[in-house]
Amino acid sequence: MKLTRLRDASRPRISLTLDGTPIEAQQGDTLLTALLAGGAGHLRESEFGDGPRAGFCLMGACQDCWVVVEGMGRVRACATLAGQGMKVRRG
Amino acid sequence: MTIACDVLIQGGGGAGCSAALHLAQRGLRVVLLERGLVGGQASGVNYGGVRQQGRHPAELPIARRSRELWGRLKDLVGTDAEFSITGHLKLARNEAEEADLIAYLDVAKQHDLPLRMVGRNAIHREYPWLGPQVVAGSFAPEDGAANPRLLAPALANAARAAGADIREHHEVVAHAHDGARFHLRTAAGEAFTAPALLNMAGFWGGRVAEAFGEPVPIEALSPNMLVTEPVPYFIEPNLGVVGGNLYLRQIPRGNVIMGGGRGESDPSVPWSRPLPEISFRTMGLAVEVIPSLAGVQVIRSWTGIDGRMPDVIPVIGPSRTTPGLFHAFGFSGHGFQLGPAIGAIMAELVVDGRTDIPLEAFRVDRFKAPAA
Amino acid sequence: MKVAVVGAGPAGVRAVERLVAAGLSPVWIDEAPDGGGRIYQRPPPGVNRDARTLYGFEARRATALHTALDALKPRSDWRPETLVWHIRPEARQLHTLHRGRQAGVDYDAAILCTGAMDRVIPVPGWTRPGVTTLGAAQIALKTQGCGIGGRVVFLGTGPLLWLVAYQYAKAGAEVAAVLDTTPFATKARATPGLLRGGATFVKGLYYIAWLRRRGIRIAEGIAPLAIEGDAGGVTGVAWRDASGREHRVACDAAGMGWGLKPEAQLADLARVPFRHDPLQANWVPERDAAGRTPVRGIYLAGDGAGIGGAEVAEIAGARAALALLEDAGHRVDPIETVPLDRKLAAQARFRAALERAFPFPSHLARGIADDTILCRCEGLRTGELRAAARAEAATGPAPEMNRAKAFTRVGMGRCQGRVCGVAAAEVLAAELGCDVTAIGRLRGQPPVKPIPIPAAGDAP
Repeated sequence: MKLTRLRDASRPRISLTLDGTPIEAQQGDTLLTALLAGGAGHLRESEFGDGPRAGFCLMGACQDCWVVVEGMGRVRACATLAGQGMKVRRG
Repeated sequence: MTIACDVLIQGGGGAGCSAALHLAQRGLRVVLLERGLVGGQASGVNYGGVRQQGRHPAELPIARRSRELWGRLKDLVGTDAEFSITGHLKLARNEAEEADLIAYLDVAKQHDLPLRMVGRNAIHREYPWLGPQVVAGSFAPEDGAANPRLLAPALANAARAAGADIREHHEVVAHAHDGARFHLRTAAGEAFTAPALLNMAGFWGGRVAEAFGEPVPIEALSPNMLVTEPVPYFIEPNLGVVGGNLYLRQIPRGNVIMGGGRGESDPSVPWSRPLPEISFRTMGLAVEVIPSLAGVQVIRSWTGIDGRMPDVIPVIGPSRTTPGLFHAFGFSGHGFQLGPAIGAIMAELVVDGRTDIPLEAFRVDRFKAPAA
Repeated sequence: MKVAVVGAGPAGVRAVERLVAAGLSPVWIDEAPDGGGRIYQRPPPGVNRDARTLYGFEARRATALHTALDALKPRSDWRPETLVWHIRPEARQLHTLHRGRQAGVDYDAAILCTGAMDRVIPVPGWTRPGVTTLGAAQIALKTQGCGIGGRVVFLGTGPLLWLVAYQYAKAGAEVAAVLDTTPFATKARATPGLLRGGATFVKGLYYIAWLRRRGIRIAEGIAPLAIEGDAGGVTGVAWRDASGREHRVACDAAGMGWGLKPEAQLADLARVPFRHDPLQANWVPERDAAGRTPVRGIYLAGDGAGIGGAEVAEIAGARAALALLEDAGHRVDPIETVPLDRKLAAQARFRAALERAFPFPSHLARGIADDTILCRCEGLRTGELRAAARAEAATGPAPEMNRAKAFTRVGMGRCQGRVCGVAAAEVLAAELGCDVTAIGRLRGQPPVKPIPIPAAGDAP
């Protein structure tokens, strides 16, 4: 899944990592936006072998966008702001 | 129209459904009356521990017999109810608790229950995820866990297949005995009669006993249960602690199930809910035993209603007031493992008039003040 | 008097406004950092917040609500980024979680304005990255300036389907197709009733006409077949038209939704009884027109009390607050309540027409293929629920949704059946050959959303 930036796409840049790979994002991005606009493709794997997931509702209801942020623990990517230097693991 | 049969069973928990199965297998006409759905309360919402270790010595003969039935559950009812033999590891968090575990080794030996101590060094080697607070454990390799949501319905289905009449949404509102037969009436006005009645109604079993002139001091018990999101499987044994304020297991799908303390309930509705402060206390105890659980998300909590006796063992055996009435209720939060054997024992009491299992400790009149 | 308001969307803002005007300072709790609800959710700091761009025709309404919201924050006990995960009506206590810290909030009366979420019907491939709800597609655009893909198909039915498609096209995204499962004729039949909606109806027509004028592919009365894809995500959507012909369009993302359903878990935990609303095809908590529930001290307003939309939510929020004040012995002038009641009644008639124009296609839910994932949390396939239902039916016990959950784990995962519950009930009812109301609904259990196990020493 690749989010497409349609407007307000020239905000100040921030960088973070996903499973060690650098991701370029913008200030004001949620983690979900940062990762999926930055080319991550997906956020987690179904525990039961049903493939990758990348969130579904973007409003904190579906519980399908959990990731792990170093120092913060497990968070919903749709409801967490991305920050400079965040180290993220797929959840 | 009155429905007549050989045996009426009131209460469709695991024990009641097992009794229906065993009686039907022996050719008796059985009608089981369940107020809600089978396995709707204590039998269906409990922790799912299939545990012998740590039980009251009087319960061990029943637990041993039940364990044998658990081992061939699939042949008996067509499903294993996800029974898996993971072993049960009971943990000591200080020296006094360790002494408790050591003392129980003798009890286990008397009942041929396999049990071994896991000492201070071994326990952290064998279970590296345990927190430093744990000082020792005792391991019962034959114990395990099962899915409580599946057991009672599976027993009920097997009983139906064997010819028993299992009726859900049948609340019994009136009991009578005419000297030879029992007469039960439901909320919908249906009438049932039989020469034998099994009182297997959990917490509500207290009311049935009272209706026949033998009240017991029973109280509602709502075990406070939680389950987490799935995390990679690493906790193989079913875990308990000395004192019982925490029990915890992980299923291979990854969810961690834990319980401890009591929720709130109103048996008159019936209604029950876990309590927030108890849920947090359980989480606190869990991270002390397994520190890596910190941050794992609890996704659901629940409870139900069981009956608890003052001495924390059930009432099992014949009525002292009414011939043909047999009790098995008040399992005090640990009846799930016993359910299958209780049904077999009740069938023996009804059909053979006797059982090899000693039941003296479970007499219904044990709480009566001695006559002056 | 201790009053708590849960939610800071249109209903919550207008409820708090009336309470503050009456001299109260309610505890005001919202999960988002900045309130607004889903409809008027504001982007995070640093992202363009120009109301005209974000909310279109609704800009004035959104700005007015934000202004009221910001003015009310200092006049209440405002608690953003806070989840209410449990409520105990007997103890009159809410249980909250804020950045991992748990707290209890005592109340004498509480207004629950918990909003709604998309109602979805599983389609083969719906768990793929690149498939979201319609609401999600809108949130991505509104609060992040992003489309869910570069070339998007919108699928489902209801006003939101057309609105989101319009907003995407307007923002410069390529809309590959709008696929409405409702036939044109059904919508046309509802037109007389829709005229009551005035401006709302006109806006709806405008979006549809605008999309047609742009030459965007539109198909109505369709049945979705699959959201296709590969390891990289979505590659296309396939459907069958009313005449039975199959079609396929290439895309890299799909948004789907069939109307909304109340997020009513707190009302459920508060022991408010529920009834099935046949027109909305939703279970809704029982309340009177003013928002009073049969549970003492509990009031409901907004979409969480039954879907009515943002305009209704504002009126209902104010009305519920007045009901609370009346019940607490405050003098409330009928000059305040009567016009609100009148507006709510008029809106209800429009809403009924809207539901007729975009009915929930239960036949699609009932017909989900066996190998399609039904419960995305538990990875449960539709056929597994059907098999369990058949086994149950064979033995004759009463069909029941919670028993199906106990046997199959449907609705037992992290989201607690929010996403799959509606479709699962249809599948179960169809398999048992009964009406969907006959099997009940999934019971709510705390926590309303997942709560983390605190680290040792961090316990509250």
